[in-house]
Amino acid sequence: MDKKLTFILHIHPRKVPRASIRFTYTFGLGGITLLLILLQFFTGILLKFVYVPSPEKAYDSIVFLQNHVLFGQYVRNIHHLGGVLLIIISFLHLLRVFLTEAFHPPVRSSNWIIGITMLLLLMFSNFTGYLMPWDQLSYWAVTVVTNMFSYIPFVGHNITEFIRGGPDVSSATLLNFFNFHTAIIPLTLIILMVFHFWKIRKAGGVAPPRYKKNDEHGNVPTIPNLIVREAVVALVVLAVIFTLAIFLNAPMRNRANPAFSPNPAKAPWYFMGIQEMLMHFHPFIGAILLPLILLILLFYLPWFHYRKNNMGVWFSSPKGRKVAIVSALTALLLHPALIIADEYWIHFNKWFPTLPPIITEGLFPVVLYGTLFYAYLVFLHKRYHPDTNEMVQAVFAFFLMTYTVLSITGIFFRGPGMMLMWPWQITT
Amino acid sequence: MKKDTNNNNRQKKPAKDTLESVPVKETSRRGFLKKIWGWLVLITGAELAGLSIPFLGSGKKKQKKEETGKFTEITSASDIPEGSVFAYRPGRLYICHLKDGGFLAVSIKCTHLGCSVEWNKEKKEFICPCHHSMFSLTGDVENPPATRALSIYPLKIENGTVKVNLAKPTQRKHFNKSQEIYS
Repeated sequence: MDKKLTFILHIHPRKVPRASIRFTYTFGLGGITLLLILLQFFTGILLKFVYVPSPEKAYDSIVFLQNHVLFGQYVRNIHHLGGVLLIIISFLHLLRVFLTEAFHPPVRSSNWIIGITMLLLLMFSNFTGYLMPWDQLSYWAVTVVTNMFSYIPFVGHNITEFIRGGPDVSSATLLNFFNFHTAIIPLTLIILMVFHFWKIRKAGGVAPPRYKKNDEHGNVPTIPNLIVREAVVALVVLAVIFTLAIFLNAPMRNRANPAFSPNPAKAPWYFMGIQEMLMHFHPFIGAILLPLILLILLFYLPWFHYRKNNMGVWFSSPKGRKVAIVSALTALLLHPALIIADEYWIHFNKWFPTLPPIITEGLFPVVLYGTLFYAYLVFLHKRYHPDTNEMVQAVFAFFLMTYTVLSITGIFFRGPGMMLMWPWQITT
Repeated sequence: MKKDTNNNNRQKKPAKDTLESVPVKETSRRGFLKKIWGWLVLITGAELAGLSIPFLGSGKKKQKKEETGKFTEITSASDIPEGSVFAYRPGRLYICHLKDGGFLAVSIKCTHLGCSVEWNKEKKEFICPCHHSMFSLTGDVENPPATRALSIYPLKIENGTVKVNLAKPTQRKHFNKSQEIYS
C-alpha cells in the first residue's frame, strides 16, 4: 500500500463492502457535491480578487473581469455552472439517500437533518450569489424573493427590511449578501460537511445495499478500490464542467435599474416552482405556508412509523417502485391541467368579488387542491394497500414531480406579463 | 464529555446501595458548578450576539434618507391629461390624473412582490410584469395575485405644479375619494 495515501483512511474506513462501491448504487453523488463545493471555493476566491461589492462598482467590476482579465469570463462561467450543478447534484444525492432509505434512526437520522440543512444552505448560497452581478436579472429576482418574506404574519415586513438592510434592495443588501455568500455560508458549510462525513463514518459508511450477486459479498481494501473510483468520477466531472464552461456563458443583462422591472421578471430557476405557485395561490399560502409544511415534513421524514427498515434497497420494494411511478405520472398529468384551468377558467375573485383575497386566492384554491390530493391518497390506498415506506415514497414522488412541473412551467412556459405561452413564442 | 459522564456513573452507583446523603450532596455541588458553566456559556453567547446585532442592523442607517417634510416638484398639473399618468422615474412613482379631475401620487412598486408596474395605455391599467397583477388608474387591484391597492405618496398642488413628498409611501387597502387632491 502506498504510504502517502494512507491519510485518506482518516475519512474512509480501511475496508469497504464490495457492493456499496458499485457506481450505480450511489452514483458518487455525495462525492461530486463535495468536489463541486471545493471547486466553488477555488473559483469564488479567484473572483473575489476582482469583484467589488458596491452597487456603483459591482457591475463594472464584472464587465472588467470578463473583458480584461485573462480567463475572467471562463472562471466566472465555471463558478456559475458549478452553482447550478451543485443544487441539482446535491438534490439528487438527497433523492438517492431517500430512495435507498438511508435515513433511519437512530444512526442515520441526524445526518439526514444535517444534509437537508446543507441543501438549504447551498440554495441560500446560490441565491445570495445571484445578486452579485447587480444586473437586471439579479436585482429583480432578489426583489421578488425577499418580498415573499413580507407575507409572514406580523413580522414579515421587519424580516424583509432586515434581510435587505432597508426598504428596498440597495447597497446594504449587496453588502449583506456578499458577506453571507463569501464568509458565513462557506464557513458553516465546512463545519457541517466535516460533521456529515464523521457521522457517515460513525454509521459504518454508505448505507450497505443488499447483496444481489454472490461475488458482491465481502469487503475490499479502500485503497485502491474506492479511491480509484472516486478519482475517476472527480476527473470526469471536472473535465465535463471545464469543457461546458467554454461554451456556456454565465448570464449578464443590463445594469440594474430599480425603476424598470424586466418583462417577465423571474426568480432564480430553483425558486421558479414557488413563483409559479404564486400565480395560483395567495402569497401567504404559496410562498410561506405550503413550502414550510413541505419542509417540516421533509425534516421529519425519518421518524414516520415505518414498519420495516428496507435500508439499501432502491424504492423499498417492487410495489414501492410502482406507487412512486404511478404518483409521479399522476402529478405529471394533473398539474398542467390544473395550471391551464386556473389560467383560463377558474376565477374565484371574479365569482366572489366581495370576499377578501385570502379567501378567494387562499382558502378556495387550497380546498380545491386539498380535495383532489386527498382523493388521490384514498385511491392509492384502496388500489395498492401500500405500507408506510411505500406511502411516504409515493407522496414524495408526487410532490417532487409537482415541483418539477411547476418549475418547468415557470421557466419555459411563462412569457411577458407571466402569460402562459409556448416556449418558442417567448422572444426575450 | 464522554469521560465525564462515565465518571459520574461510577460515582453514582454506590450511592444507590447506601442510604447516605453524601453522594447526593456531591452531585448537587457538581450540578451547581455545571450550571455555572452553562451560565458562562450563555453569557458569552449573549455578548457575541450583542456585538453582532448593531452590525447586522446597520443597513437602515447607511441609507440616504429623504427629508421628511420636503415636497419635490414633479411637473405642471396641466401637462397630465385627465385619465392618464405621468411617470416620475427618479422617485419611482406615477402621478395619476383621475377622471373626476383629482390627482394621486401612486407608487411604482407592485404590492404583490415589489416589481415595478407599467402603465398600459390601451387597457388603461397598470400591469405588473412579474405575476400579471393589474391595477386601475386609482391604484385599485383589478386582477390578482396582488391583494391591496398600490401605495400612495403625500401630494399637493401649488400654483399648478404637482409636488410630492418622497419620504415614505402610505399603504392602503383600497382607493377612496379622500385620497384625491384637486388642483
